[in-house]
Amino acid sequence: MKRKLVIIGAGMASGRVIEHLVETAPDAYDITLFNAEPRGNYNRIMLSPVLSGEQTYADIVTHDDDWYAAQGITCRFGEHVVRIDRAEKLVIGQNGPVPYDKLIVATGSAPFIIPVQGKDLPGVITYRDLDDTNAMIEAAGNGGKAVVIGGGLLGLEAAAGLAQRGMEVTVLHLMGHLMERQLDPAAGYLLRRDLEKRGIAIRTQASTAAILGDTRVEGVLLEDKTMLEADLVVMAVGIRPETRLANDAGLEVGRGIVVDAQMRTTGDPDIHAVGECTEYDGHLFGLVAPLYEQARVLARALLGEAEDFVVRDVATKLKVTGCNLFSAGDFAEAPGREDIVFRDPARGIYKRLVIEGTRLVGAVMYGDTADGNWFFQLIKDATPIDEMRETLIFGPSFQGGSSADPLSAVAALPRDAEICGCNGICKGTIIDAIEAGARDLGTLRARTKASASCGTCTGLVEQLLQVSLGEDFQAPAAQPVCGCCDLTHDDLRRLIKSRALKSQEAVWQELGWRTRNGCHVCRPAVNFYLLADWPQEYRDDPQSRFVNERRHANIQKDGTFSVVPRMWGGITNPAELRAIADAADKYNVPTVKVTGGQRIDLLGVKGEDLPHIWADLNKAGLVSGHAYSKGLRTVKTCVGTDHCRFGTQDSTGLGIRLEQILWGSWTPHKVKLGVSGCPRNCAEATCKDVGIICVDSGYQVGVAGAAGMDVKETERLADATTEQEAIELTVAFVQLYRENARYLDRPYKWVARVGLEWVRARVVDDMEERARLIAAFELSQSIYRKDPWAEQAKEAQRFQPLADLTLEAAE
Amino acid sequence: MNWIDIGALEDIPLRGARRIKTALGCVAVFRTGADEIFAASDSCPHRGGPLSEGIVHGQSVTCPLHNWVFDLNTGQAQGEDGRLDIFPVRIERGRVLIEGARLTARSAA
Repeated sequence: MKRKLVIIGAGMASGRVIEHLVETAPDAYDITLFNAEPRGNYNRIMLSPVLSGEQTYADIVTHDDDWYAAQGITCRFGEHVVRIDRAEKLVIGQNGPVPYDKLIVATGSAPFIIPVQGKDLPGVITYRDLDDTNAMIEAAGNGGKAVVIGGGLLGLEAAAGLAQRGMEVTVLHLMGHLMERQLDPAAGYLLRRDLEKRGIAIRTQASTAAILGDTRVEGVLLEDKTMLEADLVVMAVGIRPETRLANDAGLEVGRGIVVDAQMRTTGDPDIHAVGECTEYDGHLFGLVAPLYEQARVLARALLGEAEDFVVRDVATKLKVTGCNLFSAGDFAEAPGREDIVFRDPARGIYKRLVIEGTRLVGAVMYGDTADGNWFFQLIKDATPIDEMRETLIFGPSFQGGSSADPLSAVAALPRDAEICGCNGICKGTIIDAIEAGARDLGTLRARTKASASCGTCTGLVEQLLQVSLGEDFQAPAAQPVCGCCDLTHDDLRRLIKSRALKSQEAVWQELGWRTRNGCHVCRPAVNFYLLADWPQEYRDDPQSRFVNERRHANIQKDGTFSVVPRMWGGITNPAELRAIADAADKYNVPTVKVTGGQRIDLLGVKGEDLPHIWADLNKAGLVSGHAYSKGLRTVKTCVGTDHCRFGTQDSTGLGIRLEQILWGSWTPHKVKLGVSGCPRNCAEATCKDVGIICVDSGYQVGVAGAAGMDVKETERLADATTEQEAIELTVAFVQLYRENARYLDRPYKWVARVGLEWVRARVVDDMEERARLIAAFELSQSIYRKDPWAEQAKEAQRFQPLADLTLEAAE
Repeated sequence: MNWIDIGALEDIPLRGARRIKTALGCVAVFRTGADEIFAASDSCPHRGGPLSEGIVHGQSVTCPLHNWVFDLNTGQAQGEDGRLDIFPVRIERGRVLIEGARLTARSAA
């Protein structure tokens, strides 16, 4: 006799159970299927193409009415189940009870609704089933603005679909990058960039405070008080297992309905659960692969064949046309794990493999996911990969050859493989040019344009030269910034400007960095280039500064610091001197020294005393002298016309004015100025980065002097007739240096490279450019012309130890 | 194990470090860009530079005095003959915990 099987919920998991049952043992059970939705099983994961209009509901139906009829299944669709009566073994539906011998709870999941004001307003919808999808399609028909709360898989698919239907879409995401559970920050960045290209606005670290509106939704208010207009709000922050029926029936429920390896609920061998509503061994399930596996195990259990459900790694793909991403396994960084990273920013490709020992344990791919399943198989099978490690990231097509050399991988590329994405140059074109006599990178670039635009394929092009020419190929002499990238400082600066890269993450991703966040060589340089080129969009990052600039004091060899307050133009007064003397007493400063830059150095201050000594000096009006920075140090002056019988101009006053304009600015390396009141040059201005000599007729502005490892006299930039003109020439020169020099090149090195004529053409001859440089400098200074000591002193606790365990032990 | 709460994760700057005082001298607690946490002695084996003042990149720190680079997983200096003592440390609900047996032992004895 057939036994009675009742199933609550016609989702993909229970649908698969039914398929297994009717295929293997059609006579075992009489099946009754309840579904709250007024329809049967459809392919829920394809709702996104329905939303975007690429498919229709008819395309994604798995089981239609005819199918259910043919299998003899009693369908009670559109009917809610009220409760489960375990004592009588009945399922009570709205339209009456049904007895069961075996019961499957497949209630799936419910969208998580964030508990904010306005969550119940008309126009706020979740994204879970066909009704939600249809509601969104209808709303999108009126155009307008949509806000999607949640930047995970579901939220992004909703956003892409709505955008495709013509809505103006903003995605709010609580975390720092999109899909943080499936993607690392690098892939999250590329995804964001692609979505933004489609006109979808993304806000990360955005926390929703309230949903606004009277009779229907009108907007979303964020915690940071930003107001976004919205005609439609989609809540897609996550799902939770739907467990109410199971709970009411007294079954064990944790986060989901707790099941054993045969999908049996705890304590009632006749009730099983399957799908997103279940919890097994602490795991919840949201992706389809493990759910199908559950369905198979459950169907066998119902037929008396024991098999154990095993939790396996799953892979994720996003179903947004044009955004290819793939993630599988575990890609968190951990001790003993190593990364292999491949980036091709021009084509938007990023691949990261995570290796533990001799095994691949995780993979994240963006842009080109063709090899995803192959990597996924290696993860699942725990295949030893040490033999193919060097070419692993190139995928299966490069395995099994005799040599595991990256060069041979390039050699193995077909002739029509695209090498230079910017200019669409294939390998064949490059090889032909090499054979026709282009034997170095420069010639090859000139003839084929390969690597002539963004330059990120330079490495590949060089490898092709090496493959073709062998020993004859000489690698170019230009040195990259460091081992993290292939770019020279000049290329890096050019690309940050031309491609409008405004964050460190943008530089790492777009320019193909091999390390996660640079190193002590490149990161300070990148930090400077960004702040110099994008003063409003990018802020100086102290964690990318050397200790002296982060601490605003010079570290000494014993770990103490030196403190040098600014003395404008070398002028001081008794009150300042008293404050310095008092501070030296109070903080037991062992050494007080007069510096070459006409100020006073307090040496040997303890790190934890710094904020306090600064606060004391601030009270007397003294500010940081930036004696530690790649920025303006001092303006050395003589006493000029005030006191000296030879003085021709007010050199002290000019020096003070220059110092007040320039102080606080960051530059590629330190900048020191001198202003002498007459050609006797008591301020030693002719060996400074900018040195001004006052003469009867005006001011001789010299630049690019040196008095360090190299000694060099300044070169005359121009003669100015007024003090104002001397100031403008100086500011324009400093700004041109800020915009163009390599990090850690003093002005004399930079001028030697670009030539004084090049500088003069911009700073002296081209009045428009001079004005632009001055305005750009002033814009930057509106942010940086301030005393860092005053700001740091407010955060005194940061200078103290985080904890003192020696006290802990004494207690 | 004797896990001691030394402060909130947020108290340590991202890609930065803070010092703690211990019976073994100062220990630097590092927070990487990916919010991983590491602890190592604060003194460079080369010339005693304070590593808590170094630039933190990836899972490494560069000494501020002479640019020795240390792997924070192992404490090993890259290409140099030197190694930092490292200490077990973990994050729990936003708090940073350090294994204190060695760090408090000497003065407790």
